[in-house]
Amino acid sequence: MSEPLLPPIGMLAELTHRCPLQCPYCSNPVELLKADRELDTQTWLDLFSQAADLGVLQVHLSGGEPTLRRDFEQLIAGLSARGVYTNLITAGVGIAEGRIEAFAEAGLDHLQLSFQGARPATTDRIGNHRGSHEKKLETAHRARAAGLPLTINAPVHRHNIEEVPEFIDLALSLDAERLEIANVQYAGWALANRDRLMPDLAAVNRQADIVAAARERLAGIMTIDFVTPDYFAIYPKPCMGGWARDAFMVAPDGTVLPCHAAQTIPSLRFERFGDRRLAEIWTDSPAFNAFRGTDWMHEPCRSCERREIDWGGCRCQAMAIAGDATATDPACVKSPIHNRMAMLTDAAQAKAAPEGKESFIFRRIGAATRPDTRAEPAH
Amino acid sequence: MMAALRERAIVSSRSVPSLPRHVRIQYDPVRQAFAVLSPEKVFWPNEISLDILRRCNGQSSVERIIADLAADYEAYPRDVAADVVAFLQEWSDKLLVKL
Ligand code: SF4
Ligand code: SF4
Repeated sequence: MSEPLLPPIGMLAELTHRCPLQCPYCSNPVELLKADRELDTQTWLDLFSQAADLGVLQVHLSGGEPTLRRDFEQLIAGLSARGVYTNLITAGVGIAEGRIEAFAEAGLDHLQLSFQGARPATTDRIGNHRGSHEKKLETAHRARAAGLPLTINAPVHRHNIEEVPEFIDLALSLDAERLEIANVQYAGWALANRDRLMPDLAAVNRQADIVAAARERLAGIMTIDFVTPDYFAIYPKPCMGGWARDAFMVAPDGTVLPCHAAQTIPSLRFERFGDRRLAEIWTDSPAFNAFRGTDWMHEPCRSCERREIDWGGCRCQAMAIAGDATATDPACVKSPIHNRMAMLTDAAQAKAAPEGKESFIFRRIGAATRPDTRAEPAH
Repeated sequence: MMAALRERAIVSSRSVPSLPRHVRIQYDPVRQAFAVLSPEKVFWPNEISLDILRRCNGQSSVERIIADLAADYEAYPRDVAADVVAFLQEWSDKLLVKL
């Protein structure tokens, strides 16, 4: 009944939690790690080498802002020496002169650059960093000049969902091969800011139509990947392609996790690379085995024909909304509490502040534990 | 403003396909199979797809690729042509092959 354990294909390495931006939708955990908790160069290189041995073919280098690591060139070189495909996920702010060229030289395969808005004012406001839009444009030009293939990543929410057509123009003007229009996943900081970010149904539907038309129009010119919004879905996404099925992630301190938000499931304990070898964690860690395959499922998932398509959806969303990590993802229409998703989106709309006046909980160390300030006048 | 920087390429017998910089074919010793690596996805091409992709070397024309494949598979070029062209058009539309 349960399929044999396969080796992982992909790994997301969150090299650091440090970042010049403070996006309120950030997928990092609300408890951010300081620089002194980060793995050193040699440990990352060992980890990458063990990952390649295990069967990892692709590593996404992320953060925080991964280029804040001064050893970033060395980390790329280590991966590329093993033939691993490297993808840099960057905010593109503050990358020193000459470094992008050095990344390319070290063997970087692809660069993914986030834009918080298609308009400078939106980018600067959402990332809480003045001048960031300009710097991102410059990063895109430098990446192309260095011969690097480029994806533009647009995380979408209430405050920029109407900019989708402009995101498409922006990505084309920057000569990107790919545009990723990603509706925010409400975990980490995005969950803390859910009421401040959730779009309404009409905007979601308009966006879906625009993306569908653009995809058709731009076949062979630019690929558009679309991460659909969970709260308006009928079926959930196969989160991470299924829990501990073909990908995993590593936090800055070396904690190996099945997904971004896994640490929000209080019953699980996660292991750190260094205490154990990566292969042992992948195969034996009780946390990885907790929701692997389909044996852990209850009804309605257990007998559902989609159980090996979406793997019951996201465990962390089940935890956050149903209060039970073994429940069916409430994004699924078959979940007994599916209607809670609509209640949550309605509640978010009811609380929406006038555009431009939203008081986000910006992503910074300690911020999420501060009292909610949204009743105060905007400043 | 965004005057089309690129245009959709259409396969012809004179196209000379190649793999763009963000795509590569690689043998995976763990799974003992060839993988096609791209920014988000890893593909596991079947034998015929792999045979086409490997000939996307920036030197052989589509006509030549069809003739080679026909010889390898002991088929008539006209019997493999449609499949090869359809495959290349699909991969070009996804920006995984350059024409
Ligand atoms: S989402 Fe924003 S704050 Fe979070 S890592 Fe990315 S750029 Fe930094
Ligand atoms: S019931 Fe479970 S397996 Fe079926 S579609 Fe919903 S989440 Fe997926």
